[in-house]
Amino acid sequence: MSQHRPKIAVVTFPGSNDDRDAAWALHALGADPVTVWHRDDDLPDVSGVVLPGGFSYGDYLRCGAIARFAPAMEAVGRFAAEGGPVLGICNGFQVLCEAGLLPGVLRPNRSLEFICRDVRVRVERADTKLTARCTAGQTLTIPVKHGEGCWYADDELYRELTDLDQIVLRYEDNPNGAVHDVAGVCNREGNVLGLMPHPEHAVDPLLGSADGAFILASLVDAAREREAALV
Amino acid sequence: MRATVLVRPKEGILDPQGQAVEGSLRQLGFPVGEARVGRVVDLELEASDAEQARAEVERMCEQLLANPLIESFEIELTEA
Repeated sequence: MSQHRPKIAVVTFPGSNDDRDAAWALHALGADPVTVWHRDDDLPDVSGVVLPGGFSYGDYLRCGAIARFAPAMEAVGRFAAEGGPVLGICNGFQVLCEAGLLPGVLRPNRSLEFICRDVRVRVERADTKLTARCTAGQTLTIPVKHGEGCWYADDELYRELTDLDQIVLRYEDNPNGAVHDVAGVCNREGNVLGLMPHPEHAVDPLLGSADGAFILASLVDAAREREAALV
Repeated sequence: MRATVLVRPKEGILDPQGQAVEGSLRQLGFPVGEARVGRVVDLELEASDAEQARAEVERMCEQLLANPLIESFEIELTEA
């Protein structure tokens, strides 16, 4: 029996370049992706949001710093405040941090090199909406491709985040110098997740790994549940 | 008025750009110590009152020009 396809928005900023991959992967995993332009004031009737990877506004000033002022981001903020599931991938993670929807900030890689390869990340929390398909302690192989993926929080903020259990993914082999090997964090409520690895590039074994599907399928599940709850 | 905003990586924040610059300068034979790389933003302001201009630029820094987690800023004002 085919399940209902929940609508999930994929927001395109000028300079986004993984929006179509994200839409393709979401469709492959049973969702109905809807592309949203950064100038749109409102989201269409969706029950999930993806902020894709890329280089929004050319990474001018700081990565993600300009995109956060896009009209669509205000709508994403409202959607997140209502408890809607939001996933930020790479540049999307950077945008969520700059927008204050996620804690910390992404800085240039310690090596100053652009890193493009598979990494292994450990799932620290499998009880968030966006990691529900994972098991705690599971290791996922997912590619990264970024020049500014070094997540940073000062000691005080990091302590607060560990106390509140907001660290969701950690690198097994830290590629970029992120403090405490952090690869993904969520907000307090657990409905907004940002991560540097690209799950949309790892949903088919043909592409080397299908582990990204654990994350994206969790989002599809969360969107489907939300849709059912709102009917 | 004109304002010059100097944005710097906060003390204690790892600055790989600064480290790369430092290494290159040493390679050129300049005996430099630590190098840190920041950003300069020059602004033309409509405000004519210095106090008002400074307050406005401070708000700009807090909202956009600097990320308080990792960057500090300094504002210099000059008459246009």
